[in-house]
Parts: sequence; structure tokens; C-alpha cells
Amino acid sequence: MSIGVSNAIFALVLIGASVLFYRNLSRIRRNILLGRDLDRTDNKPERWKTMARVALGQSKMVTRPIAGFMHILIYVGFVIINIEVLEIVLDGLFGAHRVFSGFLGSAYQSFINFFEFLGVLVLFSCIVFLLRRNVQRLARFHKPEMKGWPTSDANYILIFEIILMFALLFMNASDGLLMSMSVADLSSAGLDKYNTGINGGFFFSSFLNPLLPSDAASLQMVERGAWWFHIVGILGFMNYLPYSKHFHILLAFPNTWYSNLKEKGSFNNLESVKKEVELMMDPTADPFSAPAPAEGEVPQSFGAKDVKDLSWKQLMDSYSCTECGRCTSECPANQTGKLLSPRKIMMDTRDRLEEVGKCIDKNGADHDDGKSLLHDYITPEELWACTTCNACVEACPVNIDPLSIIVDLRRFMVMEESAAPAELNGMFTNIENNAAPWQFAQADRLNWVEED
Amino acid sequence: MAQMMAEGKKPEVLFWVGCAGSFDDRAKKITKAMVKLLNAAEVSFAVLGTEESCSGDPAKRAGNEFLFQMQAMQNIQVMNAYEVTKVVTTCPHCFNTLKNEYPELGGKYEIFHHTQFLQNLMNAGKIKVEGGKFAGRRITFHDPCYLGRANGEYEAPRALLTKLDAELHEMGRSKARGLCCGAGGAQMFKEAEKGDKEINIERTEEALELKPDIIAAGCPFCNTMMTDGVKNKEQEASVQVKDIAELIAEAQDL
Repeated sequence: MSIGVSNAIFALVLIGASVLFYRNLSRIRRNILLGRDLDRTDNKPERWKTMARVALGQSKMVTRPIAGFMHILIYVGFVIINIEVLEIVLDGLFGAHRVFSGFLGSAYQSFINFFEFLGVLVLFSCIVFLLRRNVQRLARFHKPEMKGWPTSDANYILIFEIILMFALLFMNASDGLLMSMSVADLSSAGLDKYNTGINGGFFFSSFLNPLLPSDAASLQMVERGAWWFHIVGILGFMNYLPYSKHFHILLAFPNTWYSNLKEKGSFNNLESVKKEVELMMDPTADPFSAPAPAEGEVPQSFGAKDVKDLSWKQLMDSYSCTECGRCTSECPANQTGKLLSPRKIMMDTRDRLEEVGKCIDKNGADHDDGKSLLHDYITPEELWACTTCNACVEACPVNIDPLSIIVDLRRFMVMEESAAPAELNGMFTNIENNAAPWQFAQADRLNWVEED
Repeated sequence: MAQMMAEGKKPEVLFWVGCAGSFDDRAKKITKAMVKLLNAAEVSFAVLGTEESCSGDPAKRAGNEFLFQMQAMQNIQVMNAYEVTKVVTTCPHCFNTLKNEYPELGGKYEIFHHTQFLQNLMNAGKIKVEGGKFAGRRITFHDPCYLGRANGEYEAPRALLTKLDAELHEMGRSKARGLCCGAGGAQMFKEAEKGDKEINIERTEEALELKPDIIAAGCPFCNTMMTDGVKNKEQEASVQVKDIAELIAEAQDL
């Protein structure tokens, strides 16, 4: 083991990638915390269970068996292959070669074979996923909101994963050939490092052997090339995540932990409204004796116009969305040709939040760019198409709640803009005047008893 | 309720009739079927009658939180004054609102959807559900969103239907994946947004694929939407849309 220039370069690359990733995470955290306060820390045992079941156990993915199963292959592959990545990082920092083989002895070969097996399954799943998107062209991947970047993003991710798996396999294949050379051959080529006592024999990657050169020096170039490509690729991919829908691989966990644990039908009761209504209903209330609002306190709007009016959890939801479109394909409004797509609600929320974040970076926190989530991104027609049936909430594999955003935006339209559709205004008036959504007198409520 | 209080009696349960159950001609039949069943089971119950107000559900789903909370607080004042402890309702929207949204505003009661209440009565042997009349008939059940997904109750209606000895056929989209009838979220009170199909037609077509004799519903609004759908498909001569309470009352010749 000797630490050389290449190890120093590797350390710099690793530190650089980590710093960049940390800065990206901080940016997203800052953006999420632009949202309103919300307490989601109650009932912790249930929260851990939900996270274990939904994120770790992928319980909602398998509702669609084919996609669900292959997603689990990629997920398990990703998590377990990271153990080999850890070895690569340690080798890179300390100039070792296959540092785990020293601890594991003969079991090492089985481990690598198992990793390769997973790698092949990941490869297979990614190829099938590419075919589903681009050849079979599943409808939910080709809705209007998927045009342009979202479609490219999805393809880049899959292609990148395929390339990374090939890099891993080429690395193992060339390394396997090197390590099976005689001690003398390795020594004469100045490659004593590859004399690890493992004689190659990695099952899956050995299928690539016919493609590889036979002399030690060229093999070493392939091995080093694949090694560097693979690890730098992974570090690059890590920094691609915060700009991509693929960020869900991290946020799925906190997002399910902070899930809404109430019944899905339970919409929150706005505290701001409750105060006003209590004042109205209380005959002894004196509105003039109410304490004046604190200096500089801005009264909370009723409902949401922009991302800052949403809760931090709704904003976290938007960054957790991987645009799979299960919500949209289950949505009764979308199925019958209406403009509403719950996935678009989430994508718009994230895009607007990114825009607000950039605006803050550029112009400071108080700058108003004159735009808002409602109207500039999401139109009333989309919002009024919702039947609040909760199909989107049920369908989401990471417990995102598009419905709560739809309702908060509706609240703003109705209570702040008085912009409900005329028929709904009629319904409101009826409820106010005669306590029913239709024009029947409250005095007639019991007439059914007398009728036949 | 006022009458019972005046007589010094305290009913076991409040039957929350709801606006549809009070005013809609089709839904009134569900209300009456439910009353027959409650009487047959000798349940001591009362209704609020003219003191009942809209639960506020359509206002809340449409975004009018003010109106919702006004309605809720009025209803809570009335129910608290009568010391109501248990409520049963034939409307999943009232059920959901009273069960999940009233407690925070000071209205804490035990709320049952009528299928849950009837299932309890059946289990306690207070009503017998025998299906001689329905033997061999094909029934499919349309899950109301606000009973199913919104509150996780899929079994009570099915437990009742199973007792009818009918052939129960499930639609492809049922239970947690059940398709909405199109009425929720205050859509009942407005025209649908622009699209290429009405949601109730989509759902009715799915139900009709099973060639049912009866489409069973558990919600007055679903009932209206499915009835309209069946009429649109000109199948009303051969396919009935019935609430579960009506089916059970009918099975017992009530």
C-alpha cells in the first residue's frame, strides 16, 4: 500500500464532490424551509413504521407489479453495490487494491459475484425501463407536462446507470484477468499491486473477457480507466441528483417519515379562519378590544397563492416527486380528458420553488418577482377539475399529497380572490341562507317523514 | 331530537340525515330505508330535523373554509346542546366531515357510516340479512371515495352485500383503486371542466361491463351519478342503482 499522486488527486475529487453536494443539499433545505410551519413530529413509532414500510419496503411500488419489481431490483442493486463503492473509495484514498479482500479472504469472490449479479439485474431493469419509456411509450410518460427536460432527465438517468454498470463490469473483468496472472508476469510489468491472492474468476464480468486486450499493461489501462470512470461518474451523478427528479432516492425517506398520518379525508381546519369564525360566533366578543397585531407581523393569507404560503411538507413533497405519473394515471379528471394532472401540480410547485430560490440568491429575500404558483404556473381550470377523491394521494409510492396543494390554492381563489365558479358561488349562498347546498328551506328538512 | 328531549328521553344514536337525504327525491328513499332498518332493529334514534344544517363538506372541498367552519360550529353547538354521543349517517361526505374535521372544532362524537352501523347490528343479531330475494342476482359495489380511500372502510359494505346471497362482482378499479363517480370536491354542484368524457360515464361503463342486475352504492351522490350514467347508457330497464340500506330493507320486505 503506497499513497501516491493519484491518491491525492482522488482525495481532491472526493472532497470537491462532497462540498458541492453539501451546498446543493443546503440550497434545497433552505428552499423547503421557505414554507409555513407544520408540526409532523407526533407519533414517532408510527412514522418510523411508515418509512420502513413505504420507503424501505417499497410497499406502494408493487401495486404495479412489473414496474414495482424492476424498481426493487434497481433499488436493492443501488444500495448493495454501494458497499463495493465504499471499497473503491478506500482503495482510492489509501492506494490499496481491493482492500476488502484482505478481510474477507476466499469469501471475497462470492461477494463480488453477488454484486455483479445485482449489477446485471440493474442493467436489465434500466434497459427495460428505457424501452417502456421510448419504444412502448407508456401513456403516463408522455403527458403534456413531460415534454422537454422531464423526458430527457428520465432518459439521462437510465442511460447513466447503464454506463456506470458497464464501467463496473469492465473494471472487474480486466481486474480479474490481471489478478489471475502469475506473480512473475505481474512483477515484470511492475504491477505487483494486482497480486492479491484472488485469481479473478468473477462470473458475470468474465463474459466481457473476449473484448479485452491480453497484455498486462493494456489491461491495467482498461482497469484504471474503468475504475476512475466509475467512481467519478458516481460522484458526478450524486451532484446531478439535486437538479433532477432522481432526488427522490434521498427524499423518499424523510418524505414518508413526515407523512400525513391522519385519515386521507381529513382536511386541515385553517387556524386563521377559526379565529375569525369564533369571533363572529361569540356574542360577547368585542372586535375592537382584540389585541393589535405585533409590529411588522403580516397577517397570514387564507389559502395559498405562492409556494411560501404552502407548508414545508408540501414543498418537500415537490422535491420528492420523481414524476412517475401514477397519480395522474389514477386521476379521474385526467382520465376523462380534463386539464388537471396531479403530477403537474407537484412539478409546478417544485419549478416555482426553484425559481423563488434563485430569485432570493440573486436579489435577496424580500424581492418580489411579481409571479406566483397560482395563475403563472397552475390555472384555475386545473384546480376546479379536482373531485378531491384522493386517488393521487393513494397512488403515490412516496406518500406525496397533491390534493392538499390543490385545496390550498382553491382556498386562496375562493377566500382571497372571490373567484369561485358561479355555480359554486350559488351553492355557497344556498348554504349560507338556507343551510343546504340547494335552494330548499331549512324548515322543510323534515318533510320526507310525511311523504310516501 | 327536540321532541325526545322534551319528553326526557335520550336516544342511543343521532341519525344525521344530510341535505341529500332530506331534499333529494332519490336520496329520501335511502333515508326511509334506513329508518325502517333502525326501527326493525329497535334502535332508539332521533333526527335533528329542522335544526340540522349542511355539514359544510361541499364548502370545505371547494375551498370556502369560512363557510365550512360557520356550518360546523353551528352544528356542533346544536349537537353538544343535545349531548349527542353517537351519530350514524347515510352520506359518506357528512360521515367524513363529522368524523375527521369536527373534533378539532369541539364536536367529538362517535361517527358511523350506515354500512358500519348496519354491520354492527347484523353482527349483534339485531337485524337479519337474508338474501332469498337476491339469490343469483349480480351485484357490483361502487366504493364511495369518502368512505373508502378517505377513511379506509372497504369491508362493511361488502360484509352486508355478501349476506344477500347475491353474486358479488368486483370492478377492476375497486377498493383503494376505486374510480370516483365524479361528484366529490363540490363537482356535484357545478358543470365538469372541459374534457372528453364525463367521469360518471367512465365509471358506469366499467360497472356495466360486469353485466350487473344491481349497482350498489353507499353514498347519495354516487347514487345520483351512477343512476344518471345508467340512464345515459339506456340500461335503466335492466340495471338498478341501489343503496345498500335499500337492498337490505328490501331483502327483509320492510
